[in-house]
This record gives sequence, C-alpha cells and structure tokens, in this order.
Amino acid sequence: MSTELTAWDKVQIARHGRRPHTLDYIRACCEEFVEFHGDRRFGDDPAMVAGVARLDGRTVAVIGHQKGSDTRENLRRNFGMPRPEGYRKALRLFRHAERFGFPVVCFIDTPGADPSMQSEERGQAEAIAENILVMAGLRVPIVATVIGEGGSGGALAIGVADRLLMLEYTTYSVASPEATAAILWHDSARAPEAAQVMRITAPDLLDLGVADAIIAEPEGGAHLDPTAALLNTAAAVRHHVAELAGVPIDVLLARRYAKYRAIGQTQQHPPPPVEPREVPALSFG
Amino acid sequence: MKELFRRTPGRFTSARRDADQQIPENLWTKCPACGEITYVRQLNDQLKVCKCGHHMRLSVAEWLQLFDRESFVEEDRDLAPVDALQFVSAKDNYAQKLRETQAATGMNDALLTGRATLDGAAVQLAISNWEFIGGSMGSVFGERLARATERAAERGVPLITITATGGARQHEGVLSLMQMAKTNMALTRLSAARQLHIALLVDPCYAGVLASYASVADVIIAEPGARIGFAGRRVIEQTIRQKLPASFQTAEFLLEHGMVDMVTPRGELRATIRRLIGLHAPAAAQLSPSDAGVLREPLRLS
Ligand SMILES: [Zn+2]
Repeated sequence: MSTELTAWDKVQIARHGRRPHTLDYIRACCEEFVEFHGDRRFGDDPAMVAGVARLDGRTVAVIGHQKGSDTRENLRRNFGMPRPEGYRKALRLFRHAERFGFPVVCFIDTPGADPSMQSEERGQAEAIAENILVMAGLRVPIVATVIGEGGSGGALAIGVADRLLMLEYTTYSVASPEATAAILWHDSARAPEAAQVMRITAPDLLDLGVADAIIAEPEGGAHLDPTAALLNTAAAVRHHVAELAGVPIDVLLARRYAKYRAIGQTQQHPPPPVEPREVPALSFG
Repeated sequence: MKELFRRTPGRFTSARRDADQQIPENLWTKCPACGEITYVRQLNDQLKVCKCGHHMRLSVAEWLQLFDRESFVEEDRDLAPVDALQFVSAKDNYAQKLRETQAATGMNDALLTGRATLDGAAVQLAISNWEFIGGSMGSVFGERLARATERAAERGVPLITITATGGARQHEGVLSLMQMAKTNMALTRLSAARQLHIALLVDPCYAGVLASYASVADVIIAEPGARIGFAGRRVIEQTIRQKLPASFQTAEFLLEHGMVDMVTPRGELRATIRRLIGLHAPAAAQLSPSDAGVLREPLRLS
C-alpha cells in the first residue's frame, strides 16, 4: 500500500499520463457542463478549463488545470501549465460564481505556472496574486481537489479553498521537486531527494494542516482503475459542496480566514545578540 | 534594535558588505554596473546610487532611514522560525542554516516589521532582508506580514512593504507556499478598512512573493533597474534555449507592460510616498479650512 511507496514513486503516479484529468473529473462529478473560453483580455488558454455545470442539482462553477493524455494534446494544453490568460479565465469564473451564488469546484493538476517570456510580459505573477486575493474573499463556498501534481503558485492560484482535498497518491508543494533541486542545489537531477525531504504527499499535507481530507485511490494509483478514482472523487466533492452550502457565508468566510491565518509553524525566542553594525547615514530628503 | 541600527555619520565599518564590491580600506566602492570607483562617503550622500544610475542594494537598516528618524518600533521581534519539515539533505541543513543566518544578521527571520512615521504620518512597514536566505518567505515572514497588515487595518494607517526576495522559502515547503494565501488573506482586511498598501519592489523581486502581496498592492513602485519577475531568467532561458534580452524583467520592462505604476529613483521615493499617503488620507483630514466652510454650507441651509 501507500506506505511502501516513496515520495518520488508518488510523484510518478501523480504524473502518470493515463490518470484521469480535469475534464474527466468534471464529467464524473457534474452534469450539463458548459465550458467557457477566454479571459476577455488577451486569449483563451487550453491549459485551464472553466465553466458551469450541475452538481447534485445545484449549479456550480468548475475550474481546473488541464493536462493532455498524449504528447499531441499535452503540447496543446502546455502540459497543464497555465499562462496569465488561463488564470484570468479562472478569475472570470470566480466572479461569475459569486454573482450568481454558485459554489466553486476546482481541480488542481499542474507542474507550475508557464515559465515563458510571453507569460512574464503579460503579468504571470499579477495573475496568480489576483486570483489568490479574490479567492480569499469570495462570497461562495470553494472546494479544491488535487488530482495529480500541485506545483507552486501556479496551483495555489486556483487552490485557496474552504476545503482542500487530495487524492491518495497526489503531491502538492512550493515547487516541483525538479525546481526545488535546481533552486537549492543547482541540480534538477536530484529531484527524487527533493521529493523526499519536501514532504509533498497527501498524508504529509494532512499532517501539516494544509489538506483537509484524502480521497482513496485504487491500489497502485488512479490510472489502474480510473472509474473507481472518479467515483470516489465525485462522492467526496459532492459531500463537501453540500456541507459548505449550508453554512452562512459570513461564517464560512471567517472560517476560511482563520484556516489560512493558522497555517505555518513558528516559535517564540529572541534573536541572538550580535555586534552592532555601523550603518551609514542616508538622507532620503 | 536601536543599537543594532545605530547611525554613525562619517564613520563606516562594513564587515559584511558584498566583498567583491569592496576596494581596500572600505573607502572606495566599485559600481558593479559601470565599474566606476567612487568614494564611499560620496556614494552614501547619493543614497548609494552611482553616477551611471545604478541603484546599489540597501540593507534593512539603510531602508529604515526612509522613515522618520527614531520613529521605528519593531514588532514581533521574537517570532522565530521552526524547521517544520526537519529539512536535512546531503548539501543542506535548514536548522543549521537558520542558526548561522540569525547569528550573522541579528534577526530571527527575513522580514522586519513594525510601526513608524513618515513626515509624521503613521504607517505600518515591512522590509525584507535579502541577506537572510535571499529574503525568502516562510512561516515567520508570512505571519509577521499578516500581523502587520491586520494592525494597519485596525489602526487605520497605510501599509508600506519594501521587498527584495527570491520567493517562497523552499526549506519550509508547502507551508511557505501557503504564506502567499495568508498574506493576501490579511490584505482583504486592509482593503475593507480602506487603507492603502504601497509596495516598493527593489532588486531582485521574484516568484512566490511577487505572485502574492507584492503584486496586489494599491500602488506599486519599482526601483530603477530592479529585476522583477515570476519565473527566473535561468529557467526561462533553459526552456526557450536562447538568451533573453538585457532589458527583460527590469523595472522599466514592467512599467512598459503595465505591471507597475512607476519607476522611481531612490532620491524621489520619500516625496512620492509622502504625497501618496496624503492623497489617500481620510477626507476630513484633507480639508483645508476654506474647503471645510464650503462643505458646511448645505447644513446651514437645512
Ligand atoms: Zn555605475
């Protein structure tokens, strides 16, 4: 079972090409899905899908990173790495959901936001930051589920939620193991080691107080029995959406605030005494 | 804090300035941009801006001088980091790295927060320390900033952030990532309190920090020539397999693409921030006596 798998094994399972992807989960959880396209500013990003659908009779906004199942589709979907227009399409849907009172259902599956010259020019950082800010105060329930890999701010940009669910073999971290190894050790080949020390698996995130629940996968991973994974996920998402829909929105927002304010670990002790450093006088006028 | 950041005009011993910028006796500094060698005291008089326009990096203690003399009161000084992941690798031991960095900087973590005044106007401020693991944001950074933001909202004063950073701190893993949500969460309170957040982006300002509080400020000011971006240059160059133009991800590049409000030389920062604070002060505080008279008119009519 999962205890015998290393974090790096789970990274491989989370990235497996035959795992179900966001559109599969939307179809499994919802009916009458209508996909929306475009950010109304620059373009449409196939790495992010978004739209409205019916979940247990209730209309919801659905948003997710979309990877492909083969090389051709992965190239079109940019391997699930959204550009700013992808995040701004998601932002449109957040606002749409708030206006109509629809709960928001997100599916996270990305190695990270697209790192390219064009994405930088169009404000990748701003697009992510704005989504995080808007989700922080969005006046409808948000349920996010990690269905594959959750990499960095590119994942969090659709991941601020009242409930964060993770499938059993998925991972979620500050950066992909390759990126962490490159940042810390200038050697992305040491990704397996990074995966081990970073505590990126679903049980780790439950321990760290980031994930709220784990959704069981078929033994060996969702790719071995996609239908079972989809059914388990649909049941979990329906359960959490129904539960949150009954909570008054101001109570929900207060809980969301408290949840994120509490994440992190600190302690109290004074900093060590140091020799006073001479500071040159600067006159800013 | 006061003795740590004591000012001694006319005397300068720089034990820990970037060694490669130093010429013997610490009397002269070589500009990394143009190679010009300038007398340190003259450079200090120019706010460490070379004649070529290059803005040299300032320490946290130097940035504090942007605010009124002796006005700074540090908060949450004793809040200290925890090695939550017990991060140990062949090349890296986070707990040890923390102890070494704390001993070198006299700070518990990479963000200094507190209250101060700027020309008498009360503000909350947060300044990141590049010398502390690249100004990276972990749990303490996020918590200090969230508290500073909440205090600004409660006190009804603006928040001023000064940020040089490599992004989220890898050694605290997903907890660092979640500080992006925590800081933006707190900013919703500042927004509800109708208080201003001014973000000053200085060289370099990257990744998870740029993709959270720094990019959603009401006003974003960048220092000339500062490198600012989400993905690092190296990562992008490896992806596209070509060299990026020198102008890519500079403050000027961001201005051109609409991502910052202004690129402001160091010498004009204080006046710019002062004006912005004044323009956003509550309406009652802005009225000149004659304006006040005009506004009272309708009351007399009723
Ligand atoms: Zn120069």
